[in-house]
Amino acid sequence: MALQNDTDPKLAEYAHPDRLVTTTWLADNLGADGLVVVESDEDVLLYDTGHIPGAVKVDWHTELNDPVTRDYVDGARFAEICGERGITRDTTVVFYGDRNNWWATYALWVFSLFGHPDVRILDGGRAKWAAEGREMTTEQPKPEAVAYPVVERDDAAIRAFKDDVLAHLGKPLVDVRSPGEYSGELLHMPDYPQEGAVRGGHIPGAASVPWARAAAEDATFRSRAELEAIYLEEQGLKADDDVVAYCRIGERSSHTWFVLTHLLGFDKVRNYDGSWTEWGNAVRVPIVQGSERGSA
Amino acid sequence: MSLPPQLEELVEDFSGVGPKDRLQLLLELSRELPELPERYADAADSMEQVHECQSPLFLAVEVDDDADRRVHLFFSAPPEAPTTRGFASIMHTGMDGEPASAVLAVPDDFYTALGLAQAVSPLRLRGMAAMLSRIKKQVRAAV
Repeated sequence: MALQNDTDPKLAEYAHPDRLVTTTWLADNLGADGLVVVESDEDVLLYDTGHIPGAVKVDWHTELNDPVTRDYVDGARFAEICGERGITRDTTVVFYGDRNNWWATYALWVFSLFGHPDVRILDGGRAKWAAEGREMTTEQPKPEAVAYPVVERDDAAIRAFKDDVLAHLGKPLVDVRSPGEYSGELLHMPDYPQEGAVRGGHIPGAASVPWARAAAEDATFRSRAELEAIYLEEQGLKADDDVVAYCRIGERSSHTWFVLTHLLGFDKVRNYDGSWTEWGNAVRVPIVQGSERGSA
Repeated sequence: MSLPPQLEELVEDFSGVGPKDRLQLLLELSRELPELPERYADAADSMEQVHECQSPLFLAVEVDDDADRRVHLFFSAPPEAPTTRGFASIMHTGMDGEPASAVLAVPDDFYTALGLAQAVSPLRLRGMAAMLSRIKKQVRAAV
């Protein structure tokens, strides 16, 4: 029983308006049967400082990520994560989080690997909800555990591996990191968790479009027209292109994956979650340094 | 491992409880991070984000002119970055007022003894290493 879609006119312009909700829609629907709100943040403590009433937390680092193999959790673990949060296969799941929904889109992308049918992003995320002075609570919800089926992940459609990217060279790639990372000046981020790479630069042919360009000042997504100006006009991408997006570990590129797939309606966008921490450490893969795209 | 007494105590506090309580402890510490004194108010307003992904963190180090060269640490991070605030608070609680020699002697990987890897994730924890290296760099520059 999916909930009604948000009919907000701004959302209606996007290719898949059913993948987004406004803060107003969420405030009106909080507590509705069949809805679970999930907070996913970069900051592991932020949820505990106060969150949208009834929202549960899913942490990518410690929950969606396999603790040993560099991969996502399997179907059995995913079923536990959902079941204990009161999420069934029919639940409408609305994700929100800090930093322009950076990690919320990552969590949504992982849920999409498992084909969870109804996943949506709260446009503007945590920042907009807070800026509007809407209710926050530190009260921990205690959802009733439900049964979630064990579904095997289907990576093929929206996830790319290193070999897929090697085979993809010459087709459109989007590098969503900062200009310094793209050019190779930065091997990692100063004073930031060192997800280092032995080599700096970018994958040959990749366009540099830092992910945050898709976000407005209030953390909402830019309008469809603004997004088209960036990705279609400026970068020359087309909705029927086969596109791979990447960043450093695949989290910032999930945001761009969401923008291209659900806001602009691209048919085939894959997120390369190995990203620069894999490519920049892999033996004999082609790399381009400097601000030019280069070619393979 | 030779740690300043307050830092030693923090390590014991963290390692003495389970992973979930460690997060709670970090959250409490994040609330205890002292406000910046007036003389740094403007500096914190102009905190620059080094990188699009980085929680803005203001850090200032002062070293006394006495024989001990005692170190004073000043931090500021926004409320929406409680983990960064928690890390900063560990540094403040454990090292503020200690002699420069003791601060410089803190092992770069001391934070592994806090047992936070499971609760926070190893990638996030490296933020603490980066913070300690910045503190030491500023102490060295001052002595």
